[in-house]
Amino acid sequence: MLQKTFYFFVKVAVLFLLGLNVRRKELLPSEGPAIVVANHNSHLDTMVLMALMPLSKLKGIKPVAAADYFFSSPLKAWFSENVLGIIPVERGGEDKTIDPLEGCYQALSEGKVLVLFPEGSRGEPEQMTDLKKGVSFLSERFPEAPVVPVFTHGLGKALPKGSFLLVPFFCDIFIGEPITWDGDRTQFMNALKDRFSKLSAEKNFAPWE
Amino acid sequence: MTLDTIHWALIGIWGLLALASVIVYVISKRSEKNMTELVQRTQSWWVMVAIFTVAFLVSNTISIIVFALISFLALKEFFSMIPTRRADRRVLFWVYLSIPIQYFWVYDSYYGMFAVFIPVYMFLFLPFASLLSQQTDGFLRSVGTLNWGLMLCVFSISHAAFLLIMPATSGNSAGGAGLLLFLIFLTQFNDVAQYTWGKMFGKRKIIPGVSPNKTWEGFLGGVGTTFVLALLVAPLVTPFDMIHAAAAGLLIPVAGFVGDVTVSALKRDLGVKDTGSLIPGHGGIMDRIDSLTFTAPLFFHFTRYFYY
Repeated sequence: MLQKTFYFFVKVAVLFLLGLNVRRKELLPSEGPAIVVANHNSHLDTMVLMALMPLSKLKGIKPVAAADYFFSSPLKAWFSENVLGIIPVERGGEDKTIDPLEGCYQALSEGKVLVLFPEGSRGEPEQMTDLKKGVSFLSERFPEAPVVPVFTHGLGKALPKGSFLLVPFFCDIFIGEPITWDGDRTQFMNALKDRFSKLSAEKNFAPWE
Repeated sequence: MTLDTIHWALIGIWGLLALASVIVYVISKRSEKNMTELVQRTQSWWVMVAIFTVAFLVSNTISIIVFALISFLALKEFFSMIPTRRADRRVLFWVYLSIPIQYFWVYDSYYGMFAVFIPVYMFLFLPFASLLSQQTDGFLRSVGTLNWGLMLCVFSISHAAFLLIMPATSGNSAGGAGLLLFLIFLTQFNDVAQYTWGKMFGKRKIIPGVSPNKTWEGFLGGVGTTFVLALLVAPLVTPFDMIHAAAAGLLIPVAGFVGDVTVSALKRDLGVKDTGSLIPGHGGIMDRIDSLTFTAPLFFHFTRYFYY
């Protein structure tokens, strides 16, 4: 209920303040198990991807985010878990006996849709960095779950890392054809990278320096 | 409730739209070619006319808010389209903030401030706000582009809203609402007329380096049609005598054409086809109001000079 109300207001704000230009929305999975992977530029990324999903499906959609950031205080942790619906992942964990992706495996086995950002960090706005391999482990364990690439542009302009002032821009959301696990980690990661570079070349974006 | 001339004018617009829709329907059934865009365009017209009618009938304040929202969407489109600097995020924010302020002057009928707020105060303030970031690389380009966008999307369009609050005069019971209806209807009708004439009879290109689809036949046909319509409609909703109606009937289609090709030049420079994808079949909101950015201020001052 709390989550629905929160994301309802997020939806309204996203549509009014930003305005989205979504290509191939029908490729976005709303039923799990499935994995949505997006490039990461801004805190708005999660909000926008969640806003694209129907409110009634939100319970089954889980953004995956860094535990050290989103679960750093009890209040943040409560908000992240109950309102945003986040699954925490330990970055660079010391304890090798615990698999950092355990929470993700469990969610996928429960038939949830995971939303994750394989760049790992928001980094410099509107610049893509190398993709982390975590997603390939998920896909290997759940080969039946489609991996849907989503390329976003403009959110890093609207709210880049380190800024609290939201400046309205129209944002592009390009959704690509899903890829599936084919037995090889490198091949899988290359296919994903390739998909992203194709999506990002679909439009000439206005320069932003 | 009695029906004023303004209501009859609105009914006329709905009738015209219904007629146009029937024609488009017949053409799309008969034609072999793909008519999706034309059908989408017509559907979008229904939505736009509906929004406009509701705002118009409810109150002036709602109409002013609708124009402020149009400015906001147009400006957002402009900023998303042009190269911007990260250092100017704060400056962009100030530009956005000028929209409610400018439309407040309209609401407040404060003409003096309305006329100078953007071209004087914002003009002086924006470069100052920009230099605070102390990044001079691209300073000139940034200040120039932001100012132009602000003038086009906010200052120009706000003149349409200011027409609305012009009082009724002895020669014109419809008042500002009638003038606004006259401006919007003729501007948009002229766009459609120039397009239709061009599609049907277009041969000689008028300005191929900017807009390869525009022709002399489309331009002159549109101007002629709009001119005749202006003479017919002016006695109903404006205080104009025949001379002034004729002048307005030329001013609107010619200025509308110039506005249209100006935005075309901008799009060509940026290498985009449409300014956005907000209005199905039309493109972005700037694609729809490009003519209005020129007709609104010119028609406003024309009317104000001769009748107020």
